[in-house]
Amino acid sequence: MLAGQSVTLERVSMAFGDFVAVRNADLHIEAGEFFSFLGPSGCGKTTILRLISGFNEPTGGVIRIGGADMAGIGPNRRPTALIFQNLALFPLMKVWENVAFGLEARGVARAERRRRAGELLELVALEGQGEKLVSALSGGQRQRVAIARALAVEPAVLLLDEPLSALDLKLRQKMRAELRTIQQKTGVTFVYITHDQGEALTMSDRIAVMSHGRIEQVGTADAIYRAPASAFVATFVGESNVLAGRVIGTSGDEAILETAHGSLAGRNPHGLDAGARAQLVVRPERCRLLDGDAPGNRLAGTVERLDFEGAFVSLVVRLDDGAEVTAQLANDGSLPRLKPGTPVAIGFAAEAALLLPVAGDG
Amino acid sequence: MAELFRRLGAVAGALVLGTVILWVLFLVVLPQLFMVDMSLRPHLPVPEQGGPADVRSLANYATLFANDAHRGIFLRTIFSAALVTVLALVVCYPVAYYLAQVARGPTAALLVLGLVVPFWVNEILRTFSWFLILSRNGLLNQVLMGLGLTEAPLNMGGVGAVMVGMVYAYILFMVFPLYNAIESLDRNQIEAARDLGASWPRIHARVVVPHAKPGIAVGCIMTFMLAAGTVAVPQLLEALPGGTNARWFTQVIYSLFFDGGDWNSGAAYAFALLVSCVIFIFVMMRVFRVGIADVAK
Amino acid sequence: MSAKRLVDLFVYVYLALFFAYLFLPLVFMVAAAFNDSRFPTMLPWQGFTLDWFWGFDSRGRAIGLFQDGRMGMAIWNSVLIGLGVILVSIPVGLAGALFLQTIRTRAKSFLYGVMVSPILTPGVILGISTLVFWRYVFDVGGGLMLAVIAQSTFIAAYCMLLFLARLERFDRTQEEAALDLGASHGLMLRRVMLPFLRPALLSGAVLAFLQSFENYNTTLFVIGIEDTLTLNIATRVRLGLTPAVNAIGVIMIALTILGAVVYEILRRREARATPVEPVAAG
Repeated sequence: MLAGQSVTLERVSMAFGDFVAVRNADLHIEAGEFFSFLGPSGCGKTTILRLISGFNEPTGGVIRIGGADMAGIGPNRRPTALIFQNLALFPLMKVWENVAFGLEARGVARAERRRRAGELLELVALEGQGEKLVSALSGGQRQRVAIARALAVEPAVLLLDEPLSALDLKLRQKMRAELRTIQQKTGVTFVYITHDQGEALTMSDRIAVMSHGRIEQVGTADAIYRAPASAFVATFVGESNVLAGRVIGTSGDEAILETAHGSLAGRNPHGLDAGARAQLVVRPERCRLLDGDAPGNRLAGTVERLDFEGAFVSLVVRLDDGAEVTAQLANDGSLPRLKPGTPVAIGFAAEAALLLPVAGDG
Repeated sequence: MAELFRRLGAVAGALVLGTVILWVLFLVVLPQLFMVDMSLRPHLPVPEQGGPADVRSLANYATLFANDAHRGIFLRTIFSAALVTVLALVVCYPVAYYLAQVARGPTAALLVLGLVVPFWVNEILRTFSWFLILSRNGLLNQVLMGLGLTEAPLNMGGVGAVMVGMVYAYILFMVFPLYNAIESLDRNQIEAARDLGASWPRIHARVVVPHAKPGIAVGCIMTFMLAAGTVAVPQLLEALPGGTNARWFTQVIYSLFFDGGDWNSGAAYAFALLVSCVIFIFVMMRVFRVGIADVAK
Repeated sequence: MSAKRLVDLFVYVYLALFFAYLFLPLVFMVAAAFNDSRFPTMLPWQGFTLDWFWGFDSRGRAIGLFQDGRMGMAIWNSVLIGLGVILVSIPVGLAGALFLQTIRTRAKSFLYGVMVSPILTPGVILGISTLVFWRYVFDVGGGLMLAVIAQSTFIAAYCMLLFLARLERFDRTQEEAALDLGASHGLMLRRVMLPFLRPALLSGAVLAFLQSFENYNTTLFVIGIEDTLTLNIATRVRLGLTPAVNAIGVIMIALTILGAVVYEILRRREARATPVEPVAAG
């Protein structure tokens, strides 16, 4: 019966000629976990998926599934099943034949294949559709055929390569919930690839954020959002204002950063010392409009534009040196009229800002 | 090669690789090399083959250029084939353009079918149909005599008859590449050019023809190759009254092989023909700036 | 009359002339097969007859096409060669297409050029080189087998191009999906790739047979003392022409139209039978 297995990457690298697609990836995915790789296109996440499924062999490092080294084991002999971005359903086979193809490959008798296909189609809410051709199904139904086909081989790890990217927004949201339900029902380890942070944040137990072949951060959705490990993560997952400067003093777990816009205080979880170059990141929703000479972190500039977004408005402020910062302000009727060009100041609490070391500075 | 085995597995990969090697070696490359080798050797009685007299030289090629009759036939064949190609191109271009860009819906489909059907009628029969028109008791003589334009039947055989037969036999090898190339041109480009005030000749010169270059090249290459390399058309039309002075180079090759038994000269003549065709192909590819993948697809 | 009308009129006249040029000679040839005249001509019309298919002249000699045993033999040979060419060209063309579509070496375009070169080579040269090579290396002389070999050199290349075009439309992630689900390469080929190629294999077989059946230039050099349909027709035109040749023409044109229609239907069905459009662009 279905049961998940763990996936471990130990210093895994993959180079195509001179191009390094994955660099020293170290990672442990628990059995039964819903784990996502999140990153922009070209960050190496699809390569990682192909390495785990066995379509490519890594140029360095070890991949373990359920503790067993997978080196030299081809895709047809790994306990994984891949759901392709374009689904790769077989157009000339009936739906049930698609679902049962993996069983056919294992020499299961036809009657048993039909029975198992029926069960799986029921699991993905497609009972009674088995005799149709794939072309007769809608996009969401095809999606579910692909899931059933992958589950039929009782994989310990299900790999999903942006399978929702072609669906429209509504269907996508529905399928997110279904995927999560199927994962919990089956207990199979799901490894999900996406560039859509919404998908990753809503479905996953944990997320690995990737950039340029490197894993930048691994953690729960909440941890990644609250405490991004780098400016890249801070801007890729949700929005952030990023300001560069040099640490001029520390006190407890906070530090003061000297920037082109004055001194700003923020949390200092990396223990940066005075003199270190650093970036301060702060989420727009933690910024507020200042009036008068309130003490604390303060950024002065002029209104660039005001974007109305429904429950809140985004206030874009141009600072003196041309940089822009954004503040998200509740649309509760308390906002003054802010025409472009009006001088304003925005501020944020020191505990809302985070100081991050600049990459390459140690 | 490793990709092949990764994609198809050991058994199927080996089968595919083996089949391709056998094909390329035994059906494509080695036969040509043997033909070239044979063309370089003198024509000797069997006991002397491989003996001291069997040395390679260009003697057989020298014969081709020294023999006035053969050289004349060779040059006339190449020239006539080029002329047939030009005629076919001129005749076909308007038809291909009309079918590809002007005709619409069922009319277009019907007209294209009207091209497909004769395309599949075999070369021999197509030539035969012209033989019947041009023969002594043939349709053309009957019509001419019926109209009182001539008293006695005319002898219509000759180089002209062969060329007429060839244009007829190979015209469809020109029409289809042209049609396919012009059809892939986005109609909006023509309308945009018109909208910008271009005259029709300019639209064709600057928009349609440049787009159709690969098709023109393919059509010309196929037509030339077929016209220069045919035995069927001249052999049949030679039987027309007055047709004996229209020998084609391929007929010379044929009689070297099967009447004279001189396979060595025959191979040399065949290779000379092949080289002419290859030169024509390269000239076309150069003139129309297309690659081999555009030409054969 | 406006200038546009004048242009239209010119276009229609041109098209009418063009299609008349294409069809009228064939129509005359067909009509002459039914004319009760010793020489194959449509004019003067001397009455309808089927004698040139089956009949006797005034002295009681058989003159009809179907009474000619040599013709039967020639047709039989043509069919045998055609079937042989199918047997060689389909597997060879398939292997060539898979090979070219898979390999990634820099020599690929060169290999492609070599493999399609027979299409661009005059038929007589294919016949001659095949004859020379097989005669001297394997001591195989002219005959049916050599005809199959010589014709297959270029017909296999045509088939390869047909299969290559179909393979280009094949979504290769389907192969990976099959392997990922545990299929062996053999099962993947049998259940996924070959079913996809099936329509192209069928139209390839029809194409191969038609090309072989109507071939003259290549066959002439490699056939030895045997006879084929096209050779038989050519011989009859040169020696002892009677409207029985037109009768062959009628039958061949009828079969050709049938074959062409079947081929077109297969080809269009093949073009339509493309897989489900992929759900994602890529």
